[in-house]
Amino acid sequence: MKRRSRRVGDLALSLGTGLAAALVLLIVVVILGDVVYNGAPHMTLTFLTQAPRDGMTAGGIFPAIFGTVALVVLMTLAVLPAGVATAIYLSEYANPGSRVTRLVRVAVNNLAGVPSIVFGLFGLGFFVQFVGAGIDRALYGGQRVFGQPALVWAALTMAVLTLPVVIVATEEALAAVPRELRLASAALGASRLQTIVRVVLPQALPGILTGAILAISRGAGEVAPILFTGVAYFLPKLPRSLHDQFMQLGYHVYVLSTQSPDVDATRPILYATVLVLLLLTFALNATAVVVRSHMRRRFAGASS
Amino acid sequence: MNGDANTDAAKISLSVRDLIVSYGDKRALGPVTMEIAEKHVTALIGPSGCGKSTFLRSLNRMNDLVLGCRVEGDVRLDGQPIYGPGVDPVEVRRRVGMVFQKSNPFPKTIFDNVAYGLRIGGMRDRAEIAGRVERALERAALWNEVKERLGESAMGLSGGQQQRLCIARALAVEPEVLLMDEPASALDPIATAHIEELIHELARDYTVVIVTHNMQQAARVSDYTAFFYMGDMVEFASTDTIFTHPSQPRTEDYVTGRFG
Amino acid sequence: MRTREHTDQEFEQELRHLREQLLLMGSHVEGIISASLRALVERDSELAQRTIEADRVVDRLEIEIDGLCLQILARRQPVASDLRFVTMVLKAVTDLERMGDLGVNISERVLELNNETPLKPYVDLPRMADETQMMLREALDAFVAKDADRARRVIARDQIIDDLYAQIFRELLTYMMEESKNVYRATRLQSIAKYLERIADHATNLAELVVFMVKGSDIRHPDSRNEGDKN
Repeated sequence: MKRRSRRVGDLALSLGTGLAAALVLLIVVVILGDVVYNGAPHMTLTFLTQAPRDGMTAGGIFPAIFGTVALVVLMTLAVLPAGVATAIYLSEYANPGSRVTRLVRVAVNNLAGVPSIVFGLFGLGFFVQFVGAGIDRALYGGQRVFGQPALVWAALTMAVLTLPVVIVATEEALAAVPRELRLASAALGASRLQTIVRVVLPQALPGILTGAILAISRGAGEVAPILFTGVAYFLPKLPRSLHDQFMQLGYHVYVLSTQSPDVDATRPILYATVLVLLLLTFALNATAVVVRSHMRRRFAGASS
Repeated sequence: MNGDANTDAAKISLSVRDLIVSYGDKRALGPVTMEIAEKHVTALIGPSGCGKSTFLRSLNRMNDLVLGCRVEGDVRLDGQPIYGPGVDPVEVRRRVGMVFQKSNPFPKTIFDNVAYGLRIGGMRDRAEIAGRVERALERAALWNEVKERLGESAMGLSGGQQQRLCIARALAVEPEVLLMDEPASALDPIATAHIEELIHELARDYTVVIVTHNMQQAARVSDYTAFFYMGDMVEFASTDTIFTHPSQPRTEDYVTGRFG
Repeated sequence: MRTREHTDQEFEQELRHLREQLLLMGSHVEGIISASLRALVERDSELAQRTIEADRVVDRLEIEIDGLCLQILARRQPVASDLRFVTMVLKAVTDLERMGDLGVNISERVLELNNETPLKPYVDLPRMADETQMMLREALDAFVAKDADRARRVIARDQIIDDLYAQIFRELLTYMMEESKNVYRATRLQSIAKYLERIADHATNLAELVVFMVKGSDIRHPDSRNEGDKN
């Protein structure tokens, strides 16, 4: 009697989990399918390289692509040094039990849980209205240059959003470097800095890149933090400097789907934009995965 | 109780006086007083947890890296104290090298592994680095096996080769003393024999201090032996003495296998 | 005094067995000496003959004990006190085996003497034999008790034996000079005395080995470096 019920249980479990996996796959396929089916025809070269026309009912989305890429690049430039440095401090220099360390960790954890829209408000209040206005007062004699939504503030806001991700991923990567290697380096007369730079960081690089990937992925997709800090629906020109505003794919999708005057005309544009956004995200992820596995192969060898 | 190893005949490389090592407020070792002879092999034996590895680490200030570790007492290398204000631990570690129980080569090329210590010390001249690397690998009895593949990853070597690589890496910076913490415990008997042979050779040019839990190894390899038990150094004498007629009953009991 | 046992019980057993065999050999040798002297005093040729054959046991034990020692050295790699013990046993069996042979020699002389009338009442020879046997017994007891002082006292007694021998020799010399008919018997008796003296020398060797085993120092070359905690 027992044996049969156990076998039934096993069967139920494998069926159940299989179904769940199939469901997930199904959802992804449906979404992708819908997007590809409806968006692919409209995703022509001109679409990708032209600016929008006629109130977003025609033309291309190049400025949005440009803006998204610019945002992501600036965000990465800002978050990687700060995040990696913080992680190095926590992992290599800080005394594990000290109050400061614990405080920093609590701060990082809390930061990770903050809703994105709050970051947007923070960005507006701190970067745009405080720092930006301050710069204006100091350098531009009150003229409004930086004290308004701008690419740089949006990038910095996104950097703050993705900071916990980078810190955690980097810390894990650093912790994965075996202690014996650090000891070996120290025993050879290396200072802590030399050990970190020559042994720990190179070994942790694949893991750090993981953090970068995760950050980038988020950066390409999040819309809420940039709402008040720099994004715009329509700009006649591409952003030329850090204090210009910019267009962004995610935001563009939002506006297209809610405020379009001609729904039928904009639907294909909408689908195509979504498709581009997804492809961009996938491309970014794929690049980083390839780079990571390449680095891993370089450092691993036949272990004995 | 400390023994007299009659090292007067040999020159003293490291002299230890009233060394005490504590973790927090728990005393782990000491007080220990002994003198380590130059260009001889000194073995430290004793059961697990007796303090021999702690003692070894005190000789090159690796205990500094252990959280909460406090070292008191006087340790001198060639008459110069290695603890105290104004002494740079990094400098100490260049003069007193260390090889670990489990070989820990960097995931770099064989060449870069051996050159590591030289480069962090500021050496830039490629020819000089290459020369030192070759000499170190020769002295570690590894040159012939790897000279054709210096650019390959060190992780591709066998366990015994990796350990010899770590020895070469330590030798490249030309230390005065070489500390070895159970250098052959992770190796098979043939590889162990190679390492022991190597230790004999190395003692011609370096002072060697080795921690081992293998008594036969200590007997084969060393000139002097110190027996540690529960944080005390019980006896320190010539290896012949320790293994034929030790003066302390605890030493006698340990080496004959009556405990531990 | 160390009463701790080896963690390895089998090793402990092997050492114990070795000790027992050595003591067994020692008691056989003791028996040979006392029997050969009794054969002389009681003029018992049969006893003398049996004594000669008893030496075979001693020879067999020598081979067995050598084998045991070799085995222990190879398999156990003993150190410190264990090493001293095993090497001591290796050398002691040589001395014991010689003592057995000397006992045989005594018995052979006894056989020859029993065909003649006794030259004189035997007084000093039995005394010498008693003393020699006691030396052997004391050396073996010192071995069991690991008592270096007791062993040293045995070494001191060798002087008594030497004096006795000198005395016996002088006396026999006068007999020989008195009459040439005495020479045959006197030389046989002198041989017996000589054998006893050599047996005593071997007993002294045993005592020196005991001191080496216990103290770890070869007392022929005093080494005061390792005076520490001793029994």
